[in-house]
Amino acid sequence: MTDYKIHLLICGGTGCKSSESDEIKKSLKYWIDEANLKEEAQVVLTGCFGFCEKGPIVKVLPDNTFYVEVKPSDAEEIVKEHLLKGRPVQRLLYKDPHTNQQISDSKGMDFYKKQMRIALRNCGFINPESIHEYISRDGYMALGKCLTELTPEETIKEVKDSGLRGRGGGGFPTGLKWEITRNSEADQKYVVCNADEGDPGAFMDRSILEGDPHSVIEAMAICGYCIGADKGLVYIRAEYPLAIERLTTALRHAREYGLLGNDILGTGFNFEIDIRLGAGAFVCGEETALIHSMEGLRGEPTFKPPFPSVAGYLGKPTNVNNVETFANIPVIINKGAAWFSEIGTEKSKGTKVFALAGKINNVGLIEVPMGTTLREVIYDIGGGIKDGKEFKSVQTGGPSGGCLTKDFLDTPIDYDNLLAAGSMMGSGGMIVMDEDDCMVSIAKFYLEFTLEESCGKCSPCRIGNKRLHEILEKITKGYGEEKDIERLKLLSNVIKDTSLCGLGQSSPNPVLSTIANFEDEYLAHVQEQRCPSGQCKALLKYEIIEDLCTGCTLCFRNCPVGAITGERRQPHYIDQSLCIKCGACYEKCKFNAIKLS
Amino acid sequence: MPKIKLAENTIQIIKDICSEFNHSEGELINVLHKVQHTLGYLPAEVQEVIARELKTSVAKVYGVVTFYSFFTMVPKGEFPISICMGTACYVRGAEQVLSEFKRQLKVEVGESTGDGKFSLNCLRCVGACGLAPVVMVGEKVFGRVSPTQVKQIIAEYREGCATEPAKSA
Repeated sequence: MTDYKIHLLICGGTGCKSSESDEIKKSLKYWIDEANLKEEAQVVLTGCFGFCEKGPIVKVLPDNTFYVEVKPSDAEEIVKEHLLKGRPVQRLLYKDPHTNQQISDSKGMDFYKKQMRIALRNCGFINPESIHEYISRDGYMALGKCLTELTPEETIKEVKDSGLRGRGGGGFPTGLKWEITRNSEADQKYVVCNADEGDPGAFMDRSILEGDPHSVIEAMAICGYCIGADKGLVYIRAEYPLAIERLTTALRHAREYGLLGNDILGTGFNFEIDIRLGAGAFVCGEETALIHSMEGLRGEPTFKPPFPSVAGYLGKPTNVNNVETFANIPVIINKGAAWFSEIGTEKSKGTKVFALAGKINNVGLIEVPMGTTLREVIYDIGGGIKDGKEFKSVQTGGPSGGCLTKDFLDTPIDYDNLLAAGSMMGSGGMIVMDEDDCMVSIAKFYLEFTLEESCGKCSPCRIGNKRLHEILEKITKGYGEEKDIERLKLLSNVIKDTSLCGLGQSSPNPVLSTIANFEDEYLAHVQEQRCPSGQCKALLKYEIIEDLCTGCTLCFRNCPVGAITGERRQPHYIDQSLCIKCGACYEKCKFNAIKLS
Repeated sequence: MPKIKLAENTIQIIKDICSEFNHSEGELINVLHKVQHTLGYLPAEVQEVIARELKTSVAKVYGVVTFYSFFTMVPKGEFPISICMGTACYVRGAEQVLSEFKRQLKVEVGESTGDGKFSLNCLRCVGACGLAPVVMVGEKVFGRVSPTQVKQIIAEYREGCATEPAKSA
């Protein structure tokens, strides 16, 4: 990035690409050519900036101007005003919702102020399809350092001392995992990168692979050096075509530069990486299931031990780490374990990437030091709840996690605190819910997911979750009874205790955590047949407001079950025992005389 | 399902794909990906050829095809419509969008319209949560879809894609 004076960075993540960031790039290039700035200004399609809510984003370097919600038609003005005359385009700047001030530098935005980017260090800065740009930001320096200055044992010690724990959910110490795999004797070992990010509403790993694929490649090679493996595999979701494409390109470049293949950097170390595609099964995020899937089998988990570190892919010792875990490794090697372990809390070191989504103003990808509170994440970075509604709950850990209430807003986020609060870190999905969300329906939504994704091997998970779902269905339809809550708890605990893998063991978490934190909502459903947030349609009551009813008989004529009675020009009535809540009367009434309660 | 007879060149295509992966049983999933990409779907007859080529049982191939949601044994519509049912989209109203698609197309999830133009499916998170709720038609992503836009999206594809496809919000 040396020759050009001006760099225009455009977000090329999935979200912004869907909003025509390719067109913006084309258009900017066109106007740059027109303005004869070809020699001075460069347009770069980068990885995700994180601020997806305001995408597509264009950032101008060196002055760091941050344009939001850019359209292809804005390109002309950006080039003519900003590049030629040095006047930033005011109307495209981010406006702080509190102060109404326009902020031109992203560093001044609340969204970025409290963030600390380690795993995402290059996302939104470099062109992910250029190995030069990665190298110019210390890329492959860590690999060089390991191969030439450190022994595998010393490298493992560095990772162990850093306190890095697996970012895929479990939080197992990464260095220890490497050590166990190193100590397993075999003629062949494997390094596997788990990029099967299946949590609905989570896009951390995808963004890293799209924005900085070389960081993962470099870390996998370091891991291979440490454990004694010369083969790596990336297991990636087929639903992520852009990430697959960028990773494939990056692998090709790394091979061309001798950073993969035989005799890397002349040290005699060999390492090669292949891609394996997932095929849409959430359970394959579990490491034994993932390994079976890579072998071309159904992705069913098997009993541990033996752990993959001892007997994994094709029966050989296999080290499985997730994308974000790997992305941290080069930084740890470059800056040292001591630097890394300064960040975070006592038992959770470093930072964590979260995909912040749901009813929040600033949907996006964020990275914060461990120990940041949920309040800081939701209100400072996330900008609070959409449409000024009231915060109800935040769900962390995906379908395996739990829903936390406002009582937990000041809890520092780390592995252990979230677990103690009845949820979990998971891979980093964070979904915010407001007063309009019914927690019983949310529990049901997650169970629908588990039902579909349960591999069917263990009866508690396959049949038990089905029964849980039926009970929840019954409650949301208004046929629930108080005993059902006890039944849910009992069955949930049995499923947790008797399922083989993490999916089954954690599948009842959304049910248990919503019962623990929102019991009053369950009680309202079963005792009063009432849904406090008005989401459960079957529990709604249609009533006619006498004063507004003109007796036009339109509702009477449209009711499919004859639940409405009344004389012409007299107020009508709905017989609740007959009403099927189809809403036909509500839609037809021209006088807004029918209310929902 | 009625038995279909595969054309000779279709069988050849499948065989070629299998040789590309060295007829290795361990590459089954990659083979299935490629065959489905080429033929559009994986009916029983295609699975039989793959099983023969990879020297494995049809039961095993069938087991894998039915295990993974990405593989389908029925052809998709000309314009496959997928509604994202990830949590972010769900809390921003994906369910209402889905019911509107069902109502407009008169099909259930997993079915195709009679004319073969559209098929309706749900998927779990495309990762464009900033644009929730998200609908995909083929490769094209529509963001911030409201139930009222559904009719327009369908109409644009139904009348042929000659004009500019609907702008995502």
